[in-house]
Amino acid sequence: MRRYFLIAIPYVWLVALFLVPFAIVFKISLSDYAVSIPPYVPRFDPEAGIGALIDALDFENFIWLTEDDLYWKAYLSSLKIALISTFFTLLAGYPIAYGMARAPEEWRPTLMMLVILPFWTSFLIRVYAWMGILSNEGFLNQFLMWIGVISEPLTILNTNSAVYIGIVYTYLPFMILPVYSALERLDGSLIEAAEDLGCSRLTAFWLVTIPMSKNGIIAGCFLVFIPVLGEFVIPSLLGGSDTLMIGKVLWEEFFSNRDWPVASAVAVVLLLLLIIPIVLFQRNQQKQQEADQ
Amino acid sequence: MNRMSWFNAVSLTLGFAFLYIPMVILVIFSFNESKLVTVWAGFSTKWYGELLQNDAFLNAAWVTLKVAVFSSTMATVLGTIAAYVLVRGGRFMGRTLFSGMIYAPLVMPEVITGLSLLLLFIGIGLDRGVLTIVLAHTTFSMCYVSVVVSSRLVSFDRSLEEAALDLGCSPAEAFRLVTLPIIAPAVISGWLLAFTLSLDDLVIASFTSGPAATTLPIKIFSAVRLGVSPEINALSTIMISIVTVGVITASLVTKHHVARQKREEQAAVRA
Amino acid sequence: MDLQNYSHASTSQGAGLTTSVFEPWNDPEAKPLIHFQNVTKRYGEFTAIDNLTIDIYEREFYALLGPSGCGKTTLMRMLAGFETPTEGKIFLAGQDIAPVPPNKRAVNMMFQSYALFPHLSVWENIAFGLKREKMPKHDIGDRVEAMLKLTRLEKFARRKPHQISGGQRQRVALARSLAKHPKLLLLDEPLGALDKKLRQDTQFELMDIQEKTGTTFVIVTHDQEEAMTVASRVAVMDHGKIIQVATPDRIYENPNSVYVADFIGDVNLIEGSAKPNGKDAYALSWHEGHEPLTVKSPNVFSDGQKCHLAIRPEKVSISAEKPAEADNAVQGRILDIAYLGNISTYHVELPTGTVIKAQTANTRRIARRAYTWEDTVWLSWTATAGVLLAE
Repeated sequence: MRRYFLIAIPYVWLVALFLVPFAIVFKISLSDYAVSIPPYVPRFDPEAGIGALIDALDFENFIWLTEDDLYWKAYLSSLKIALISTFFTLLAGYPIAYGMARAPEEWRPTLMMLVILPFWTSFLIRVYAWMGILSNEGFLNQFLMWIGVISEPLTILNTNSAVYIGIVYTYLPFMILPVYSALERLDGSLIEAAEDLGCSRLTAFWLVTIPMSKNGIIAGCFLVFIPVLGEFVIPSLLGGSDTLMIGKVLWEEFFSNRDWPVASAVAVVLLLLLIIPIVLFQRNQQKQQEADQ
Repeated sequence: MNRMSWFNAVSLTLGFAFLYIPMVILVIFSFNESKLVTVWAGFSTKWYGELLQNDAFLNAAWVTLKVAVFSSTMATVLGTIAAYVLVRGGRFMGRTLFSGMIYAPLVMPEVITGLSLLLLFIGIGLDRGVLTIVLAHTTFSMCYVSVVVSSRLVSFDRSLEEAALDLGCSPAEAFRLVTLPIIAPAVISGWLLAFTLSLDDLVIASFTSGPAATTLPIKIFSAVRLGVSPEINALSTIMISIVTVGVITASLVTKHHVARQKREEQAAVRA
Repeated sequence: MDLQNYSHASTSQGAGLTTSVFEPWNDPEAKPLIHFQNVTKRYGEFTAIDNLTIDIYEREFYALLGPSGCGKTTLMRMLAGFETPTEGKIFLAGQDIAPVPPNKRAVNMMFQSYALFPHLSVWENIAFGLKREKMPKHDIGDRVEAMLKLTRLEKFARRKPHQISGGQRQRVALARSLAKHPKLLLLDEPLGALDKKLRQDTQFELMDIQEKTGTTFVIVTHDQEEAMTVASRVAVMDHGKIIQVATPDRIYENPNSVYVADFIGDVNLIEGSAKPNGKDAYALSWHEGHEPLTVKSPNVFSDGQKCHLAIRPEKVSISAEKPAEADNAVQGRILDIAYLGNISTYHVELPTGTVIKAQTANTRRIARRAYTWEDTVWLSWTATAGVLLAE
């Protein structure tokens, strides 16, 4: 009995504050917009029974999402931005993780701490730091003009490039940590064996190191890709008015347009989009756990 | 083997420069005399003075701190129970759903979590304020706590609990006297993680806060939207320093502890 | 050094006691402390314990011996209360213990990993169980001191488990599980984590402590030498069944099956068919054209029944010439010689192709040996040297 009581506490909490809210989002996504408080008209009430429910069911808001090209453009652009920035994060993170794993053993805890430290620092502050760097009169432009690469300041802030930079910067630790832990476990004698068998340094890297760190790379990519898809802070601070990301659209739909049904429909579609990478990620983690045992 | 190649040295230097230069610039310009954040005009601490005069920021900081302490404490209790149930609970009805609900918030976009909780609070007629933010933060950070604690529990030698039962403990006593003291470091880091997540959160707090309760991230966000300002730099510097001191202290303490344990173990083997 | 002499002296005394006086299993009046009645334990499809019935008597040192996965640990965990039987009953001092949870049983366990609480000192670890009993404070102090003295850990009372050596940890685990005066102490591979030398010393120490406290010990081990050294009786298990329960010397000299003979020590097996030849005596035809072997065996066989002669290598003599008055003598060719210092083992191939091992003590210098590789030699043994076992 005691055991069930213990299970019930977190269970009930999560059902009430995680599952039920989702049901509500789903329900409202099927409702009609209305100028009132709350600003929607329910499509059905539970007392009317399941038949009435099916009768009343329409996917008006979802159809709206397909008709207004703002939404599918936002989904596409979110996907594109998430994919490209994941790739760049990997490109930046892998050499750092590799360098850490090959660093003298007594340095590693310190390097590790240096990677984790930004993670504990406020996300908002880390994004804000780039606003001063990327603006027209910012440090990057000052620096580039000083070394003479450019004569006119470049417009970076409020463009997609700034969004990419911001994402790579803030999500870098998420890429470095799993890749590092995969590389650190890599047995150094494997590389030596490959070289002994006639591989050059570079081929040994391609044929041994990269495949052996595959799981770390996959985990890191998902850890970046999944949250970036729904990112709001970076596009709204560093991006411009033409930066379309679904998190931002949802926010504006909700706070500016006060169109809750459409905001809910946007959320439901975003969730559906995320299910595939989340399932793939879980499977990868499970595979790795099994391999570890 | 331990010699660093030039390639590794360069990638580490560039990598850490990329990670740290923005923050260093941020800190330096919090001491700038000028209102312009990008042009150096001499050393001054006046922005810190102004920050301390700014009641709106101080109030927001106070609300944030309250929310963080309450929500992380509740999240730690709930998350630890959830971890224990997941790792030790055996089979029960709806276990798959339960573990799904533990892992889902970790990958859920904050906008969705925030939106859904807001709709719930409106649905049940709960006024938005400190309470609703605490509830929202507890819900998503308990999942992080549970992940941290359950990874410790998985590697926990179960025979320690059995030994406690064997020596006459009830299951509750075994948890209190044996399991909890041993997993305490994981529980504490779970609390710290929950605390930081709560301090840091903008999106969920924006959805679930009311006009009466504004948290620091909400305040910073609305200020920053209008552009950079030296006051925000000063605030950021304070926050960065607190985190830095905290993380460095924690890692030094851990390092010291590990080193001592190792020394004592070696001494015991030699004896 | 001191310790070793002490424990050897006391064990020789102890051994004398156990073999001459202590045999409750032969006393029909004696009531067992533990009684397993047709106990079966299944995990889904897998049967860990298969319809098992055993008795364990008070003050016994009872060893459960078998390969990993034979069910010995499950058996022990059922005694401790961490597993419940699927079928059958377990009685402790006449009382069915199925409904008693582990924390209410007068049974304590010493874990394979020792399971010392890392956050508590040696003293607090030993006092842990006593505090749960709500024993008065000064009684706890006295009891812990007594246990520290028994296990010679007085100097380490304030240390944490990670500050002491493996052997000391093992003694703390023993002291902790004995502190509550259990009716029964369970030891799960208690010496598995120690190196060989320390293990041998500790075996004697364990027997000494069992003798002093008079507690009933049940030990689980996969190490047959350890079981033979410490136990008053050994139960050999396989696939969830008890194959044989007997004193160490009977297990070794009179195994009841090929499995036991093979599991305990080294054994030669010669296949043949038995022909009764007087009281307890058989003639074993083993190879055409060779004289049958003469065997005295308590096990009964019918005429022509297929069986194995099991004979220990040290009971087989080797000689260059045919010995004059041996009950059995066979000729063979030396394949291999393993020189182990104190003894040598000869691998001799019989005309059937069977390889027989013969052990001799190296009382002479090795250069004086009369036979070497590829030589033809005679192997001989007495009629009572081996036992006949059914297939």
